[in-house]
Amino acid sequence: MTLLDVVLFLPLVGFLLLLILPKESSRMAAMVISSAVFIVSLGLLIPYWFQYPSGHTFSTDIQWISYPPIRYHVALDGLSLWLVLLSTLLTPIAALVSWNYIDKRVKEYYAFLLLLEFGVIGVFVSMDLFLFYVFWEVSLVPMYFLIGIWGHERRIYAAVKFFLFTMAGSVLMLGAIIFLYNRTGTFDYGQIQGMIQTGSLVFDPRTELILFLAFFLAFAIKVPIFPLHTWLPDAHVEAPTAGSLMLASVMLKMGTYGLLRFCVTLFPDAAHRCAPWIAGLAIIGIIYGALVALVQPNMKKLVAYSSVSHLGFVVLGIFTFTQQGLDGAVYQMLNHGISTGALFILVGYLYERRHSLEISAYGGVATPAPNLSIIFLITTLASVGLPTLNNFVGEYLVLQGTASANFGWAVFAALGVILSACYMLWLYQRTFFGKASESLSHHMPDLSTREWAAILPLVILMVWMGSFAQSFLPSISVQNTAILEQTKKLRVERVAIPDRQTAEVSRANR
Amino acid sequence: MPIANFLPTNADYARFLPELILTLAGVLIMFMEALRPEGKRTGAGLVAILALVIALPAAMMASPGPAFQGMLVIDGMGTFFRTLVVVVGLLVVFSSTDYLRRENHDSGEYYALVLFSIVGQCVMVTANELVMIFIGLEISSIASYILAGYLRDDARNNEAALKYFLLGSFATAFLLYGVAWMYGATGSTNLTQIRASLISGTPPPEVLIGVAAALIFVGLAFKISAAPFQSWAPDVYQGAPAPVSAFLTVGPKAAAFAVLIRIFLGSLEPIASSWAPAIWVCALATMLVGNFAAIMQSNIKRLLAYSSIAHAGYVLVAVAANSGTGSAAAMFYLAAYAFTNIGAFAVVTYFSRKGERYVSIDDFAGLAQRQPGMAAMLTIFLLSLIGVPLTGGFFGKFYIFKAALDAKLIWLTVIGLLNSAVAAYYYLRILVVMYFREPGESVETLPPAGALLQIAVYGSAAGTLLLGIFPSLVLDFANRAAIR
Repeated sequence: MTLLDVVLFLPLVGFLLLLILPKESSRMAAMVISSAVFIVSLGLLIPYWFQYPSGHTFSTDIQWISYPPIRYHVALDGLSLWLVLLSTLLTPIAALVSWNYIDKRVKEYYAFLLLLEFGVIGVFVSMDLFLFYVFWEVSLVPMYFLIGIWGHERRIYAAVKFFLFTMAGSVLMLGAIIFLYNRTGTFDYGQIQGMIQTGSLVFDPRTELILFLAFFLAFAIKVPIFPLHTWLPDAHVEAPTAGSLMLASVMLKMGTYGLLRFCVTLFPDAAHRCAPWIAGLAIIGIIYGALVALVQPNMKKLVAYSSVSHLGFVVLGIFTFTQQGLDGAVYQMLNHGISTGALFILVGYLYERRHSLEISAYGGVATPAPNLSIIFLITTLASVGLPTLNNFVGEYLVLQGTASANFGWAVFAALGVILSACYMLWLYQRTFFGKASESLSHHMPDLSTREWAAILPLVILMVWMGSFAQSFLPSISVQNTAILEQTKKLRVERVAIPDRQTAEVSRANR
Repeated sequence: MPIANFLPTNADYARFLPELILTLAGVLIMFMEALRPEGKRTGAGLVAILALVIALPAAMMASPGPAFQGMLVIDGMGTFFRTLVVVVGLLVVFSSTDYLRRENHDSGEYYALVLFSIVGQCVMVTANELVMIFIGLEISSIASYILAGYLRDDARNNEAALKYFLLGSFATAFLLYGVAWMYGATGSTNLTQIRASLISGTPPPEVLIGVAAALIFVGLAFKISAAPFQSWAPDVYQGAPAPVSAFLTVGPKAAAFAVLIRIFLGSLEPIASSWAPAIWVCALATMLVGNFAAIMQSNIKRLLAYSSIAHAGYVLVAVAANSGTGSAAAMFYLAAYAFTNIGAFAVVTYFSRKGERYVSIDDFAGLAQRQPGMAAMLTIFLLSLIGVPLTGGFFGKFYIFKAALDAKLIWLTVIGLLNSAVAAYYYLRILVVMYFREPGESVETLPPAGALLQIAVYGSAAGTLLLGIFPSLVLDFANRAAIR
């Protein structure tokens, strides 16, 4: 048993523990357990602190089901490390921001939060396609309940829509996973990848395209990529603060993680063939998301649409197939988790004070709550991409990678950066500047200690990740180089063989 | 041939032991019931439980081989299904007792009928002979017709029983007619010999065999409620007493599937190319009809009835795969579905109250707040029906679609997978009202569940999760037992 197994199963133990503990202690218990998970998970950094290993660390590979051979195979690498840490950091924060906000059915709430943590960590560390699918679906259930029970007015609609969208995408992925198994006899990602690398597993172009699309659809819904994004604003607006936080910061990353980990490395040719189309959709998403955000009267919806825009950058970065593009994409996943997560928390703070998400209900908040407005400003600037704050690094790398792949794309994508400044600064201006009305000043206390505790780690990270990217980037880069190698080598080999011949080779292999 | 050869041997009796135990217990209950002093309980339920508990190891450990001159055959598949129907019987008895007391119908005949019905199913799943299949089917069916109308003063019960009886007899006639054609075509009713005659140098004319196979298929398709022979199922499952509905959706259905697999994947396998397309179409239609009709239901029993049609469609996909992995997948699925569905119906039984007043989905509003344990169990069953990982239903679907892809049934798989996404919608509706709505009057007045019912519910949940986390326990056996 490795440290990774402990980090993975501790939240599940916590979930079961919460079910038997008395109701009154569940808040504290959840807080203690999730903090413990975070502290333990810091131990995962040890191999990555002074050196940057390119292979797997903390690997466990034991048999789960004998036939078909499904293995419990979990491991960590430079890509999943940071996403796991993001999840373990945000769960105690989510527990903290829910402290007063959640007042009914507290026990179930915190139990579902821990179950969610179990699911998402599992997604990021599974090295067996089947296990990955299991965690993928398991993470869906607690989020469904978090939105459905503790959400706002239209919560039921949003929860069901969220569940059905994700389910519809993932069943086709399951079909593709089974198909891969039938061809290879294994679910192990590493083994299948190895077969593709050595050329012992070759698909004809049509099959590869269909398989690629089956995986892509599942991930594209989760990211979400335009035009599959319609569930996202509903889910975000209706979810409670912690739900939005976990959804935006962690669950959306499951989609981009899947694209990078599985889609482009398992089906490199199809990925290259589809890249222009996907990049096109990503750019549409960047600009469309930003434009829609610009006209939103509802704060949470604004932040939700800004997510569509930000994640467009991540997808664009991945499908440039350049080192900078991939590095930027992964870095941007983390950045988005931190800064958009912080925005959702801050919007939640405002909501708890005034019980409205409409921007027009605010104005002049800076006068009664100066600390809140300073923190909000830093977060806004981070989200806009101000140099020395985190998003700048990611967006810059993505744009640089894009420019080297296709300059035209970069020009359009850069529009998104400008637009993000427009909608975020305008939001800030309308909410915090101007003269505060009498009733607003009355109900606008400044940040409490608990609220400080929840938001401060994220603000520190914004500065740290923006100014000292070297703490994070090298281990990511090493992994991305490996991924890039896996997608590149094949392409060179395949281009030499005309299509018909490829088809014959694959037929012979069958 | 000396007469001694026709007398059953001790080995024959040993292989037939579960049926003997259950029959004797059933007869005993009938006697106890006849001699019962007015107004006293007899403990018939206890006798039934004891008989089933004793029959369980007898079924599991029966030594393989033929019995009664090859009329019955105890093979892996027979053992698997015999064990399954006995477990089904046990869970059904547990979930019935409270119900019968509540409806003031706590008489022993009920348990005797359940036992007889299970005996019939045991005969069906081990029969290696078309006539034995017919006899088993009749034993099972006649008992279940009576069970469907057990509350004789209840109009819906009567309707269910009558419908089930009329259409059921009609379907049995088809089956019997098919058996006659089969005998005419091949000169035998023994499944092994039918196969032998099909692969012999002079196979019987294709038309004769085709008509025979079609007639038999119609008879069995009725029993498994496959489209287009499903129209009786919603009315019967909705009208019958809730525990009986649970029994009907899993017990007779599993047995009929066992027969279907034995006949079509076993005996008629040499002419698979002619029946496989029919099953393909039937599987597709059954999934579509079941799922899309279930979307529109507001009565939870009727919803589960349509869902049971849809699930029969998934199992037919496995049959259409026509392979060893296909039949293993069907076996696993039926086991997982048995636990899941009995559990779901047990919660519905508990919730519906006297006279089954509360069976509309809206009545479940806020159940999670008043009865968190029961609601959580129903959640597990519904997630299993949706096919969410770590439940038996997920692995069942997984194995079925894996077998279908193995057999290159790509379109059937894609449509089946999309169907299971559609199905998520109507199961979620139940979760929505249970968890997301405030409790109504129906929930406020809910008494706590009885101990026996709790055993049924928690037992089914344990089975569902066990099959979802350690599927190898059952699947390895199913794979070894699978036909071919």
